[in-house]
Amino acid sequence: MTDKLHIQTTINGEEVEFLAAPGQSLLAALRDDLGLTGSKEGCNNGNCGACNVILDGALVNACCVLAPEVNGKQLVTIEGVADGANLHPLQQAFLEHAALQCGICTPGFIVAAKALLEAEPNADEDRIRHWLAGNLCRCTGYDKIVRAVLDGADRMRAATAAS
Amino acid sequence: MTAPEKPAYRVIGTRPVRPDGIDKVTGRAVYGADVRLPGMLRGIVLRSPHAHANIRGIDASRALALPGVKAVITGADLVPPGKTLADVPDLASNLMATTKVYYRGQAVAAVAATSEEIARQAARLIEVDYEVLPAVLDVREAMLPAAPILHAGLRTRGGDPNTQTNIIAHHVMAVGDAEAAMAGADIVTVEGEFKTSMVHQGYIEPHASTATWNPDGQITIWTSTQGSFPARQNTSAVLGHPISKIKVIPTEIGGGFGGKIAIYLEPVAALLARKSGKPVKVQMDRADVFEATGPTPGTSIRAKLGATKDGRIVAAIADMAYETGGYPIATPANYATMVAFSCYDIENLKMDGWDVVVNKPRTQDYRAPSSPAAAFAIEQLVDELSEKLGIDPLALRLKNSAREGTRGPMGMPYRRIGHEECVQAALDSDHYRSPLEGANKGRGVASGFWFNVGLRSSVSVTVQPDGTVSLIEGSTDIGGTRASLAMQLAETIGVAYEDVKPTVVDTDSVGYNDVTAGSRVTFGTGMAVVEAGKNLIKEMSGRLAGAWSVPPEEITFNAGTFSAGDKSMTFKQAAEATVGRGPGLTVSGSVNAGFLQGGGFAHHIVDVEVDPETGKVQVLRYTTVQDAGTAVHPAYVEGQMQGGAAQGIGWALNEEYYYDDNGRMANSTYLDYRIPTTLDVPMIDTIIVEVPNPLHPYGVRGVGEPGIVPPLAAIANAVYRATGVRQHQLPMSPRRILETTDAMKA
Amino acid sequence: MQARAYAAPPTLDDALALLAEHGADARVLAGGTDLIIQVRENRRDVGVMVDVKAIRELTEFTFLADGSLRIGAATPCARIYGDSQVARRFPAIIDSASLIGGVQIQSRASLGGNLCNSSPAADSIPTLIALGAIAEIRSKRQEREVLVEAFCTGPGQNVLAADELLVALRIPAPAAHSGAAFQRFIPRNEMDISVTNAAANVTLSADGQTFTAARIAIGAVAPTPLLVPAAGAALVGQPVGEAAIEAAAAASRAAARPITDMRGSADQRRHLAGVLTARVLRTAIERARAS
Repeated sequence: MTDKLHIQTTINGEEVEFLAAPGQSLLAALRDDLGLTGSKEGCNNGNCGACNVILDGALVNACCVLAPEVNGKQLVTIEGVADGANLHPLQQAFLEHAALQCGICTPGFIVAAKALLEAEPNADEDRIRHWLAGNLCRCTGYDKIVRAVLDGADRMRAATAAS
Repeated sequence: MTAPEKPAYRVIGTRPVRPDGIDKVTGRAVYGADVRLPGMLRGIVLRSPHAHANIRGIDASRALALPGVKAVITGADLVPPGKTLADVPDLASNLMATTKVYYRGQAVAAVAATSEEIARQAARLIEVDYEVLPAVLDVREAMLPAAPILHAGLRTRGGDPNTQTNIIAHHVMAVGDAEAAMAGADIVTVEGEFKTSMVHQGYIEPHASTATWNPDGQITIWTSTQGSFPARQNTSAVLGHPISKIKVIPTEIGGGFGGKIAIYLEPVAALLARKSGKPVKVQMDRADVFEATGPTPGTSIRAKLGATKDGRIVAAIADMAYETGGYPIATPANYATMVAFSCYDIENLKMDGWDVVVNKPRTQDYRAPSSPAAAFAIEQLVDELSEKLGIDPLALRLKNSAREGTRGPMGMPYRRIGHEECVQAALDSDHYRSPLEGANKGRGVASGFWFNVGLRSSVSVTVQPDGTVSLIEGSTDIGGTRASLAMQLAETIGVAYEDVKPTVVDTDSVGYNDVTAGSRVTFGTGMAVVEAGKNLIKEMSGRLAGAWSVPPEEITFNAGTFSAGDKSMTFKQAAEATVGRGPGLTVSGSVNAGFLQGGGFAHHIVDVEVDPETGKVQVLRYTTVQDAGTAVHPAYVEGQMQGGAAQGIGWALNEEYYYDDNGRMANSTYLDYRIPTTLDVPMIDTIIVEVPNPLHPYGVRGVGEPGIVPPLAAIANAVYRATGVRQHQLPMSPRRILETTDAMKA
Repeated sequence: MQARAYAAPPTLDDALALLAEHGADARVLAGGTDLIIQVRENRRDVGVMVDVKAIRELTEFTFLADGSLRIGAATPCARIYGDSQVARRFPAIIDSASLIGGVQIQSRASLGGNLCNSSPAADSIPTLIALGAIAEIRSKRQEREVLVEAFCTGPGQNVLAADELLVALRIPAPAAHSGAAFQRFIPRNEMDISVTNAAANVTLSADGQTFTAARIAIGAVAPTPLLVPAAGAALVGQPVGEAAIEAAAAASRAAARPITDMRGSADQRRHLAGVLTARVLRTAIERARAS
C-alpha cells in the first residue's frame, strides 16, 4: 500500500481537493475519483488525444500526466468548455457541421481546438490539421471536424470583435 | 439511366442537429467505460501470451489470497451443468479459453477486485500452465496438409470426414462456363494474385461492460454494443441463463464498424458479479482491443478476367482464401463469392472461396465485410484491362455495369440499383475532368458494392399531450441514427423534426432489434418507424372519427393535416384534442426487412503522389460518389462516405497486423498500428447520387458500408499510374513501395 | 500504475539529495511522455517519482555570453520552438523539437527527457550530436560533462549513474557560414516513431563553395544514434555539390547497421539513411549560405 497525496487544484474554475496515488494518472483521477468522465480513454498511451485537457494553458494528454503533478495548477476539461447554459462556439460548430459520428473523440477534439484558437485565433486549415494530428477520429475522415474548427474560429473571432 | 424524380419531402433531405449532440459535445454522454455504480469492483482479464497452446492447468490461489480480490473466474466457470471443459461451445471459449488457446490475447481468466490496480496485480499472480504448440499465421500455409492443426475435430464442410484440416468451408459459385469463355479466340485476359493483411476496425472506444447479478438471478448489463438484443441472446447462450433474466442497457457507443457485434466482456462481468456479489466493470485497454477482439480477415486472392477486344467482360474466375482467426466461421469467403463481381454484368463466373482457421483473433465483420479485399483484386484487374484495351477505366465500367435485372449476388436479379449513375457522376465530376499534372503523381478509380441488410426492428411511438411524440427505439446510435429515424417519423406524421424525441432504450423496454450493422438502421429500423407512424395516423383518425362523428374511412391525412369534410386539424391539434384530453396513445412498428436487400454502390477517384526516394504515398485529392437511394440526413450520409474513404486509405497505405515469429502482434498500439491522422487525408469530396430504393417507403438505401470498398484498389491504381508498378499486397507502406519499385537498388 | 512515492523538489540540491538517497529506486520525471507509459505497462518499476519540473534551472533556456545555447533538461519542446531567437540561430533544434510527438506531447516532452530515454530512434539526439552538444550532468558527488554523441550506450541505456541528473544541454554557438538541419522519415505525417532520421551541421567557406567542416548523425539504424565521422570526412575540403553529398550519403549507408521490425526493414533503413543524409545536407547548405 502506498501513501496517497493530498492534491489541491482548480478544475474548470472550481477549487478541488482529492487524494492521489503517487503513480496514478490524471486521467484515472478525473474519471474514477472526480466523476469527470467527459475525458475519454482511447489508448492510455498518449497516442489518440481523447483525454485532452488544458493544464496551466498547455494542451496535454491526461493519460500522460500524473495526478500529483496538477497540485496547485489550473485545469480545464471538456466539462468546463461550455459557459454555463451556453455552448462554446466550437461546440455549436461541431453540432451544426455534423462533425461527430460516434462522439467518443469529440471532447478531445473540442478541448484541443479551443487551446489552439485561444492562442492562435487566425489558424488556417493547415495549422489546424497540424495541431489536431494528435487527436484520432475513426468515423469522420476529419473533413467535417476541420470545417467545424474553421467555422468555430470564425465564430470566436466574431464574438471577440463584438465584445 | 436518369435517376427517377425524387418526391418533395419536408423533413427528409434537411440537415438538423442530432438530438444526442449536446451530450456528446459537452462530455455528458455516458459511454461504456463511463458507467459507475455504488460499490462497483473493477475486473481485469488475464490473456494468453501464446498464439497456440494447450492449457494444462490454472492456479489462481495466489491471486485469491491478495487483499482486495473478490472473485476469480476461469473457463471452468463456463461449463454447462453435467458437462466438461471440452463441451464448452466456441462462442463461450472465445471469451474464456477452456482447454486450449488459439491466439495470443485470448482470455484465460478474470479477476474482480476493489481497484483496477489490485485486479491487475492479482491477474499477474494467476499461474497458467501452457503447453506451447506450433502456430500457423498465413491463410495459404494453413491450408496445406502439413500445417499445424488448430481444431482436432474440424472437417471441411461437406468434405472428407476423416481428414483433419484448417479449412472450414469451400464455397463454390459458378455461372456459365468461365474457363471455356476465357479460352475463346480474341479474348483479352488479365490475371493476378493479391494479398491483404489482417486489419482492425480501430474504433476509438475500447470495449467496456458493467454487470450486476441479483440474488434472484436477474442480471443487468451496461455495455457498449452494436446490438443489445444479440448481446442479451449471446450472453444467455454462454451462461445458460434465460433471456427473461437478462437486461442489457446499451450505453453510448464509441464506434464499432462491425467490431462490437460480438460479445467479449458481458458474461465475464456478469460471472464476476455473481461470484463477488457486487457490480463489476470490466474494460479493455488498447492492446486488448487489437489482440483480443475481432479484426477482419487477411486474404489471398487469385483472379482472372477475360474480355472481348471491344471491352465486354465475358468471364471472371477467382480463388479467394479468407482467414477467420482461431475459430471456425464459414462466412467471410462465402460473402466474397457473393460480392466479388457484383458491380458487373458478367455472363460466365467461377469462384472458389475458402474459409480457413489460423492462430489469430477470431475475426469479425468490418464495414462491408469481405468486399474491400475482393475489390482490391478485381478493381485492379479491371484497371489493367482498361489499359490493355485502351478504354477509359470509367467507360469500361459503364459498359459492363450491373443494372436492374442483372443477376445479383444472391442469384436473383437486381432491383433498381445505382452503379451506372455513380460511375457516370464520377465521369462528370470536376475531379475526373481536371488534369493531374506533375511527376510521380497518379490518378486511380474503383467501384465498390455492399448489400443493404434489412433484418428485424421494432419501435414504439408515444404521443404526448402537447402533440410532440416520443420515439422509443432499440437500435444503438453510432453515427446519427436518432436523427435519421426521427426525421422519417416527422416526415410520416407531418410534424416538425424538433417535435420528435428519440430515445434508445434497454432490452426490456422495446421490441426486438437486430444489430446496428450492415447499413441497416436508417433503412430497416426506418421501415419500422414509418410503419409506426402510419399506425399512429390510423389510431388518431379513429379517435378523431369519434370526436367528429364521421366514419373513420372518411378521414384523410395529408401533409400533416387530418380532414373530413369541412373539418381539419393539424397533427398537433389532433394530438391535443385526442390525447391531451383522452387516454394515452402508444403505437408500435415492427418489421422483418429481410437479410441481404437491395444494393449500395460507390465509386471513388483519388490522386496520389509517390515519393520515389522514400516510397511514401501522399493522398492529394479524393472524391467519393455513392448512391444513397434517398439521403435522409445528407450531412451524415456524407460523413459515412468520408469515414469509409478514410478507413480505406488507412487500410491501403499503412494498417496491418504485424506479427513477429512467435505469433505476437508487434504493433498493438495506435503509435504503430497507423490509422490515418488529420495530416494523412485531404478534404474528402462527396457526390451523393439518389436512385431511390424500391424496398423502402422513402427510397432509402444503407450508406454505411460501400464507402470502404473502393479505396484499396483506387489507391493501388493511382500508385500504378504514378510509379508504373502494380501493387499486389497491402498495405502499400513506404517499405512495400520501395521494395516493389526497386528504388533501393539505385 | 505502481510508484511508491512522488516528490517535486523545488531546488536542484533537493532533487540530487533524493536521487542520492534512493538511487536506482528513483526515476526522474520530466515530461513523463515515455516514463509514465513505461511504468504503467510494467516495463519499469519505480519507487520514487522525482518530478523535476519545479526546478527553475531545469526548465529555462538561456543564451550564454559566447553565443551558445543552454537548455534546461526539462524545458518543454513547445517552449523552445516557440522562441524566435532559437528559431533564427538553431533551426535544426526547431526541426527536432517540433517533431517529437503531437502538440499534446510537445507541451510536456523535453530534449533532456528525449536524450535520457535514449531511444535509438529519438528525434532530438542526431541534431544534438551534429551540433556538438554537451550534456551537463550533476550528482551530489560530482559535476561532469559528456558529449551527447557519447551519452547513449544502448537502447534505453546511457552513461547516467543512478544518482545522476541531466541538468542541461549546452549547444555551442554556430560557426560563421554554418547551417544545420534535421529530418526524419515516418510512414504517416505525424504521430510516428522515426523509421530513420538524420541531422547535418555544415560549415562552408566564406564564398559558400567549399565544405570546411561537417558533422552528420543518423538515428534508428543502430542501438544508439550514430555520429558518422566518415560522412563528415567525405565533405570537408570538397566543393559544395551533389557529388560530395552523395559521398556523404554513401558513408551514412555504410555506417548504418539497422534491424528489421514493424517500423521498417533493415534494407529500407539503410537506404533511408542515405536519402535523409542527402536531404538534410541540402537544407543545411541552404541555411549556411543564408546565415
